[in-house]
Amino acid sequence: MQLDEFFVTGEPLIYIGMAAIVLVSGTILFVLTYFKKWKWLWAEWLTTVDHKKIGVMYILLSLAMMFRAGVDAMMMRLQLAFPDMNFLNSQHYSEVFTTHGTIMILFVAMPFLIGLMNYVVPLQIGARDFAFPFVNALSFWSTFFGAMLFNISFVIGGAPDAGWTNYAPLAGSELSPGPGINYYLLGLQLSGIGTLATGINLMVTILRMRAPGMSLFKMPIFTWSTLITSFIIIFAFPILTVALALMTIDRIFGSHIFTLTGEGLPMMWANLFWMWGHPEVYIVILPAFGIFSEIISAFAQKQLFGYKTMVWAIILIAGLSFVVWVHHFFTMGAGAFVNSIFSITTMAIAIPTGVKIFNWLATIYKSKIIFGTPMMWSLAFIPSFTIGGVTGVMLGMAAADYQFHNSYFLVSHFHYVLIPGTIFACFAGLIYWFPKMFGFQLNRKLNIWAFWLFLIGFHVTFFPQYFLGLDGMARRLFTIGPEWFTLNFISTAGAFVMGAGFAVFVYCIVYSYFKSTRDLPGDVWGVGRTLEWATPTPVPKYNFATLPDVKSHDALIDMKEDGETTFDEDKLESIHMPNYTGQPFIMTAIMFFASFFLVFEWITLASIGLIGIIVMMYVRSFDYDGGYHIGVDEISKIENSLRGHDNE
Amino acid sequence: MKSQKGHYMMRLSGVVMMVALLSGCNIDVFDPAGPVAESQRNLIVYSLFFVGAIILVVYSIFTVFVIKYRANRKNRKESDYKPEMHGNYIIEAIWVAVPVLIVIALSIPTVRLIFQLEEPPVSSQGEEPLVVYATSADWKWFFSYPEEDIETVNHLYIPTDRGIEFRLASAESMSSLWIPQLGGQKYAMAGMENTLFLQADEEGTYLGRNANFTGEGFAAQTFHVNAVSDDEYNQWVDNVSENEPELTQERYDELLAPGLVDQMTFSSTHLDYADHGSNEDRDYSVERHGDKYDEQLDLYNTPGWNPNEIPE
Amino acid sequence: MSENVHNNVPLEYSTDEGQNSIIGFWIFLAAEISLFATLFATYAVLFSRTADAMEPAELFQPGIVLVMTVLLLTSSFTCGLAIHFMRQGSLKGTQILLGITLLLGMTFIGFEIYEFIHYVSEGVTLQSSAYWSAFYILAGTHGIHVMVGIGWMIGIIIQLFQHGLTAFTARKVFIVGLYWHFLDVIWIFIFTGVYLIGMVV
Repeated sequence: MQLDEFFVTGEPLIYIGMAAIVLVSGTILFVLTYFKKWKWLWAEWLTTVDHKKIGVMYILLSLAMMFRAGVDAMMMRLQLAFPDMNFLNSQHYSEVFTTHGTIMILFVAMPFLIGLMNYVVPLQIGARDFAFPFVNALSFWSTFFGAMLFNISFVIGGAPDAGWTNYAPLAGSELSPGPGINYYLLGLQLSGIGTLATGINLMVTILRMRAPGMSLFKMPIFTWSTLITSFIIIFAFPILTVALALMTIDRIFGSHIFTLTGEGLPMMWANLFWMWGHPEVYIVILPAFGIFSEIISAFAQKQLFGYKTMVWAIILIAGLSFVVWVHHFFTMGAGAFVNSIFSITTMAIAIPTGVKIFNWLATIYKSKIIFGTPMMWSLAFIPSFTIGGVTGVMLGMAAADYQFHNSYFLVSHFHYVLIPGTIFACFAGLIYWFPKMFGFQLNRKLNIWAFWLFLIGFHVTFFPQYFLGLDGMARRLFTIGPEWFTLNFISTAGAFVMGAGFAVFVYCIVYSYFKSTRDLPGDVWGVGRTLEWATPTPVPKYNFATLPDVKSHDALIDMKEDGETTFDEDKLESIHMPNYTGQPFIMTAIMFFASFFLVFEWITLASIGLIGIIVMMYVRSFDYDGGYHIGVDEISKIENSLRGHDNE
Repeated sequence: MKSQKGHYMMRLSGVVMMVALLSGCNIDVFDPAGPVAESQRNLIVYSLFFVGAIILVVYSIFTVFVIKYRANRKNRKESDYKPEMHGNYIIEAIWVAVPVLIVIALSIPTVRLIFQLEEPPVSSQGEEPLVVYATSADWKWFFSYPEEDIETVNHLYIPTDRGIEFRLASAESMSSLWIPQLGGQKYAMAGMENTLFLQADEEGTYLGRNANFTGEGFAAQTFHVNAVSDDEYNQWVDNVSENEPELTQERYDELLAPGLVDQMTFSSTHLDYADHGSNEDRDYSVERHGDKYDEQLDLYNTPGWNPNEIPE
Repeated sequence: MSENVHNNVPLEYSTDEGQNSIIGFWIFLAAEISLFATLFATYAVLFSRTADAMEPAELFQPGIVLVMTVLLLTSSFTCGLAIHFMRQGSLKGTQILLGITLLLGMTFIGFEIYEFIHYVSEGVTLQSSAYWSAFYILAGTHGIHVMVGIGWMIGIIIQLFQHGLTAFTARKVFIVGLYWHFLDVIWIFIFTGVYLIGMVV
């Protein structure tokens, strides 16, 4: 293979991308070397098995990916701003919307939420770490390398260009030759392994490692949503694994599962994809609901209204999420009966979701709302998401959907649920738990700027798109008709306001890092209700010195009443901790290279990679490292120094 | 009763139309030119009432609560804070029941229309629908009239007030035939034939497109639907049969290759040698042109090129 | 990560770590069920889509598949016996029975490889048609699982030599046993759903 076939050539934008990659990696390498931080990076981060550090790395990965996919979004909006815009050609536009969608769902929404779960869930249930810290590190690194594999595609070999849904037969080897689709298949496969492992890990952690007294119905609502989410992950992700594997085998080894030749069935891809894809939507929305519930109840200084109903609503939504997948292709011609059934199941999801909306509203009834920044994001979620929700019901009406399908009405709908739902929750959750993670608050003023820019920008971007869809503008068009100009221009303007909001948010983090005060109490916001706020800030590596008896789902409220803390000198025992290890990083790095070779169908090299992976598995199996203990004296010392300011 | 209801609907949709016009654009889905699009428009308008009501209720409650229960509001009363309130089964039962009723209210007309759309339009029941095979290929549309023995590319003529029975198939990628002003879309796939009934009641030219992404030339895969009176249609048929060339298999294979082509008309169809909706011919195009996707179209949005334009 | 020691339970359940791992593995098996269910569904949908290739009924041989079934069922039994010996504290018994399980598993794989080679020599390959792609992928995925099980079991037998029976190794033996039984169950479905139905229809 020639070098100019290996690297993507001929597009000025891609040269800019390459230059940016070289520049950024160069800067990182320089800074690490100059400040002699390599050893620190390896010892503190790359080898860590601490759920808190892994959670932080997930969130960093997600923010970086949000930047990348956000730039994709800007580029698309720029191209659609004017009818005669010639900024991206058709091929490049296809690549950009494909990577935008895939990255936003799989490398922004999921890692962000999983990052928050990583950090928060063990703290909320009073656990010292995940059930399987090693596996947790492995999950993160496979997500990380999956994301990297997907991202290098646009400079090496060419980006995938069949849409994030990657429908067959378009994505088959005949109609889409070249490595692009292989990047999609293997990048998602690699990160999917990590997600599945996280699902199992979280489930065992929540089922087995809760504080004494915390029965299932005394768990904080975010933990509940995490438990249900991991349930969905466990049953939905294997479907994706199989679908991706089947198409990989089709493309690389010539089988006929989804092909037009050999009597393959392309339609089955759509079925398998959405049998995973619809539950996936709830994987990214249920934790968001959990976060909003926590924050609304905390800043309204009131118990969550209808806790049990909320839990059952989550469970019901999770169940229904597996029986609605056909609504993604009502237009496939499955027949009136099938469409009717799936129409009704789809609309039925609105029932538990509506119940949740009303329960949130009831939570702020007779409350004392403090407008902390996390609360602002959470409150903005309710009206914004409602629009997304009701248009979702409209899309669920199959007969009407024939007109909405594949149009900007649909595009607008799913942005209206995913942005106010998932992205607002990510921001709200990050700001809420940020002081716990890093020991300092984010600047309020800048945060409010970011909030309003993002919120207004969001509505200006996506509200017009409903009307564009009704006016016959199909999604994924790289050029617009003159009659769609006005609304598209407004939409593009909104997108840049949103982009500015994100920029201000990132600036806010940097600014606060330098300017904010440290020395925060455990219950940073003063409104905490759950166990994570019982720990000192920053959280010691073992999380809890001692655990209280949990009496309700607002554990901290009870503890405050009883004057309890998580540091009871009489109950102190030595704490067992796992050792850090580089194995997860090395193993997934080998997987990365093996997958990369498979992308280019270099079977020999890929096989060598496979052998490497097997060797690493044996290394792990024969590793009898039992971890270490933190003694009582040391715990006392740490707790006393951290809690000093609590007593002032 | 029915006509009254329809009248009511018309007036309501008139309001929606007004809003649309005020905002300076004519919204296709709300501007139907046939009974299918009209029934869908009516269903959408019907659903908008519920949607509007839900939004109104949620927004009102939200606004009142957020203003009234903020911690720093002056004149807060003691009774405005009840931190121990944790639920109320009666109230919760009500807001379970209301969404259930709304879903039922939306389901009934939806299901009815789903079944209705699988049949020829009621208003032209006396007449057999006109059968048109619509075949999508990368990136153009072939329309075959088996009875009339005519084939058109990227445009089609239909008589008004008569049902059109589209037999949808694709030569390779899954695409979707969508003519917003005539009605909703349906997929066209290789190896599976779908049927879509549409009808135009108003004469005019409408834009149709492939709505499902199929790769590089996707944005260019549009076509014009000329809805004309019965007489004009028959004239057109006679005219084509006399003056246009036949579509040979060789020529057809040429046109099938991935790329863009202009509007064309032929006096015979391709159905004799390739029926892409049948199981045998599912790989007809891939067998012949499967190796041509390495080369790209390099499709730019060059000035003057507007696939979304409708000729006046 | 507390280290509570539980008494009056089998060795593999005696630590929190052991209990967590076993529950975790059960959940993993749930995911595996979802994975194989998807593969079975794919196979069922593509059934009879043989294009120009041979029909399965022309090719499947009842004899060899029956032998394979007996081999795997027996290996599941010996694997269960291994756990039984482990519960009695017999290191040697555990090792010997795991060894027998291993041999049976290897023979099974040997037959499967022979079977596949035979089909290929008859002109039916992964590329022949949708049906045969689905067949090779479904049976092959099971086969690969068995091979992973074999590699895993070898590692564990070595670890038993190194460390004897501890809570840690016992947990490992127990989990590989769960995995092995699971593969047996999947095979039953392949035997009936793929081979028997394929021979009849």
